[in-house]
Amino acid sequence: MSHWIDIAALTDIPPRGARVVKTRHGCVAIFRTHDDRVFALDDACPHKNGALSEGLVHDASVTCPLHGWVIDLKTGLAKGADEGEVKTYALKLENGRILLDATHLLNRPAA
Amino acid sequence: MAQKLVVIGAGMASGRMLEVLLKSAPEAYDITLFGAEPRGNYNRIMLSPVLSGEKDYDEIVTHDGNWYRENAITCRFNEAVVKIDRKQKRVISAGGVCEYDKLVIATGSASFFIPVMGNDLPGVIGFRDMDDVETMLAAAKTGGEAVIIGGGLLGLEAAAALKAQGMRVTVLHLMGHLMERQLDAAAGYLLQKELESRGINVVCNAHTKAILGHERADAVLLEDGTIIGADLVVMAAGIRPESRIAVDAGLHVERGIVVDDQMQTSDPAIYALGECVEHDEVVYGLVAPLYDMAKVLAKTLTGQQAGFVAPAVSTKLKVTGVDLFSVGDFAEGDGREDIVFRDPARGVYKRIILRDERIIGVVMYGDTTDSAWFFGLLKEATNIADMRETLIFGPGFQGGASADPLAAVNALPDDAEICGCNGVCKSTIVMAINAGADDLGAVKAQTKASASCGNCTGLVEQLLVATLGDGFEAPKARPICGCTDLTHEDLRQIIKSRQLKTMAGVMQECGWKTSCGCATCRPALNFYLLVEWPLEYKDDEQSRLVNERNHANIQKDGTFSVMPRMWGGMTTPDELRAIADAADKFNVPAVHVTGGQRIDLLGVQKDDLPEIWADLNAAGMVSGHAYSKGLRTVKTCVGSDFCRFGTQDSTGLGIKLEKTLWGSWTPHKVKLAVSGCPRNCAEATCKDVGIICVDSGYEVGVAGAAGMDLKKTEALAKVATEQEAMDLAVAFIQLYRENARYLDRPYKWVAKVGLDWVIAQVVDDTDNRAKLCARFELSQSVYRADPWAALAKRENEDPTWPPLADLTLEAAQ
Ligand code: SRM
Ligand SMILES: Cc1cc2nc3c(=O)[nH]c(=O)nc-3n(C[C@H](O)[C@H](O)[C@H](O)COP(=O)(O)OP(=O)(O)OC[C@H]3O[C@@H](n4cnc5c(N)ncnc54)[C@H](O)[C@@H]3O)c2cc1C
Ligand code: SF4
Ligand code: FES
Repeated sequence: MSHWIDIAALTDIPPRGARVVKTRHGCVAIFRTHDDRVFALDDACPHKNGALSEGLVHDASVTCPLHGWVIDLKTGLAKGADEGEVKTYALKLENGRILLDATHLLNRPAA
Repeated sequence: MAQKLVVIGAGMASGRMLEVLLKSAPEAYDITLFGAEPRGNYNRIMLSPVLSGEKDYDEIVTHDGNWYRENAITCRFNEAVVKIDRKQKRVISAGGVCEYDKLVIATGSASFFIPVMGNDLPGVIGFRDMDDVETMLAAAKTGGEAVIIGGGLLGLEAAAALKAQGMRVTVLHLMGHLMERQLDAAAGYLLQKELESRGINVVCNAHTKAILGHERADAVLLEDGTIIGADLVVMAAGIRPESRIAVDAGLHVERGIVVDDQMQTSDPAIYALGECVEHDEVVYGLVAPLYDMAKVLAKTLTGQQAGFVAPAVSTKLKVTGVDLFSVGDFAEGDGREDIVFRDPARGVYKRIILRDERIIGVVMYGDTTDSAWFFGLLKEATNIADMRETLIFGPGFQGGASADPLAAVNALPDDAEICGCNGVCKSTIVMAINAGADDLGAVKAQTKASASCGNCTGLVEQLLVATLGDGFEAPKARPICGCTDLTHEDLRQIIKSRQLKTMAGVMQECGWKTSCGCATCRPALNFYLLVEWPLEYKDDEQSRLVNERNHANIQKDGTFSVMPRMWGGMTTPDELRAIADAADKFNVPAVHVTGGQRIDLLGVQKDDLPEIWADLNAAGMVSGHAYSKGLRTVKTCVGSDFCRFGTQDSTGLGIKLEKTLWGSWTPHKVKLAVSGCPRNCAEATCKDVGIICVDSGYEVGVAGAAGMDLKKTEALAKVATEQEAMDLAVAFIQLYRENARYLDRPYKWVAKVGLDWVIAQVVDDTDNRAKLCARFELSQSVYRADPWAALAKRENEDPTWPPLADLTLEAAQ
């Protein structure tokens, strides 16, 4: 089951940019691409936890601000020779509002 | 007895509905049609050709007097319905009351007048109906200036038409590119170029502040203070569903009048269709879906089963000579992929958006021959996996061509300047090649192209390949990144010679293989554009990497460091107190004295940055740009003011240099130092520009390094006056800005072009030196400003840094 939460308007995020949502599991980065697609990923690079929300967004990818890994926003997988994966979350756009599937984000992380 | 059907609004949707209804059940209803306009139904879509003079009103009438008579419709045109009385089932207009058994609301939309002062002045009109067209045509008779607010479909059609009628036309568009709802930046760029080539003035990112005038509109004022004269102002910034009478009647209305799949409103006796309705949270603004609604409602009214299903809608612009097509909702879903094709020479751009091997969106510009085919594949949700490789080339193509790496040079016009140093244009080079110069050396000898700094070598070689074909094999030059076949140098030259002033423009004209570049090319392009067009180009924040975007250095834990300027390494007790206070107030974990003679506050939370900056600003300090590819510091020693060996005022010169240079963007960071005597306490001999003061003047050295490489500066010149030393430093830095490859420090760049060339440019050629200084100063008129103050203000007024939402407070399930 999905649990959709309205988090913001699409226009709250700059095109080719990102902003974060705070959750009990840490920050989730919400990306907006040049053509208004949106993606949600943990705001932590699989390399050394760089804040992906601070990266440069191109097409449906983000380049990590710390050491330049490129993460595919669609899959959360590192591209090229790097190996690693970031958790992704379902999002949808309705009437210009961004809805985040918070099913796995609301509960406290298991101790 | 036939039931009484009353229809409000004689527009395109109700017109189609009545046609279908009368065909299937001519006797079912006794119909009364109210229309606010003094005429029956016409093809509203064709108002643009009427406005441009390509068509007459008569040609666009869809239902004339005869038709209404033959179908026994009681027409009450020029008579707006002002009220619906649902209890007594009647509508009220100026002419009295009229009873209904069933009511259809088809009131369409109204032009949206942006809420600014003066929007109600005479001379400000919408673009919606024939009356508007007549008003515009009357205004156009006397020529004059028209300002169109809104660069969408309507605005651009109005612009092209009014231009064709002989007016001077300016389009003001709020967003970064035209028709942003249908087009991406690349197609928007091509469209703008086309309109501009017709003499239409297009201003993007234009925020209208007010419409000026006393008796009538005579100018439009923008937020940035620009004033544009206007005899006519056309509001084309959007439309609003015309739902007022429905709201007053207490029907369920959201953005539009809410209807179900059968077009029924919240009152079972009342139906609605057209642009005034909202179905499934969507409001439509194009006729294709409205015609579907018309069919559904005609069936509903005759008791047949039918349901409205939201269709895919495509857009074309009805401006003669502009080929443009767009379909699909770019705003939804994930898991998408792009296929991009660009032909700079023909001005063609095509982009297909795929999801799960199916087309979900198409944007085409310049060549739309295959649009119907793509639209078909989209509507049918055809699996395209098998034709993926050649899909973008359309149905007629099966060969699998690859993008042409020479496309960009082929697209250069004959008079495009290839060699900036010697002013050699493309045609001169091509002529020399055709006359027998078949290698780089020969071209160089005969035309002087690439004989100086050598930056255009790549382009000259590509011209050799393009002209001689297989007869010439160019050494493989390294392109910037995988998005293009061009090198940094090629690109800079093309930006200059083709006068490209936007990133979308560069990507299109240079045949970029991706839709919006990558983390390697975007920062470089952004830099090249802002150096070339300091006044026109708007710095693109989203093309800057983390530190330059946030004007602070990111730390490994995601916090930031804050380093204010200390001009020439000088500070005061007050500044030190303000720094100490800030460190206390924001619990700064570490304070470090840097190698650049200033103080770094490390470990600041991002959210605290605007406030800490504001505090430092209040104490008179500005950003130290410790994060930028730009001027960092100017180190100085105490010089003649205090030191017993000092020969000149090294501190004073350092401060002057820093105050001149700060804020400028450069290919890589730039550090300076000024020492008061050859003992060199400011370590000037390992800087990008280092000045050593001596009794007889100033020794200016350049191209030193002390980071990953260690290198002593090389002597640029020795000069007698402080002013000359300043000018040399500024001219050298401007030459570096204009010529070096992005991310080359000065010492790497000088190694490529040779110190002799640099000396010829800035030392020997004093005229050129002055010009370089003037261009630097022009750029600094924009960039010599504190980014902290600007960002702190923005975050204060319209914060974009705090989290979008805080779900830690949200209850768990
Ligand atoms: C703060 C400072 C160290 C300190 O605490 O003293 C510093 C800190 C950094 N330096 Fe440096 N450099 C600092 C003086 C230097 C110096 C000495 C100097 O300027 O007098 C050098 C050698 C001189 C030179 O630049 O050639 C220096 C050579 C580098 C280099 C190598 C550059 C090169 O071309 O070889 C890098 C890497 C780069 O820029 O790509 C670098 C990069 C960095 C970065 C920005 C790394 C990064 O991208 O995150 C460091 C940021 C740390 C942080 O989190 O804030 N830093 N760095 C110094 C700031 C000086 C200032 O007041 O602005
Ligand atoms: C210049 C222009 C170009 C366009 N180009 C295209 C195009 O290329 N492709 C495309 O698909 N669409 C285009 N459109 C949009 C298209 O014309 C509309 O989608 C369509 O006309 C909407 O039909 P409608 O019946 O809902 O509203 P309308 O056709 O606007 O009809 C509504 C009618 O109701 C009347 N009315 C309003 N309130 C009352 C009242 N209280 N009492 C009585 N009457 C009332 C109005 O005066 C109007 O005559 C264009 C529109 C314009 C203005
Ligand atoms: S030398 Fe410079 S870049 Fe290296 S760790 Fe120290 S501050 Fe960071
Ligand atoms: S933390 Fe992302 S690349 Fe190192």
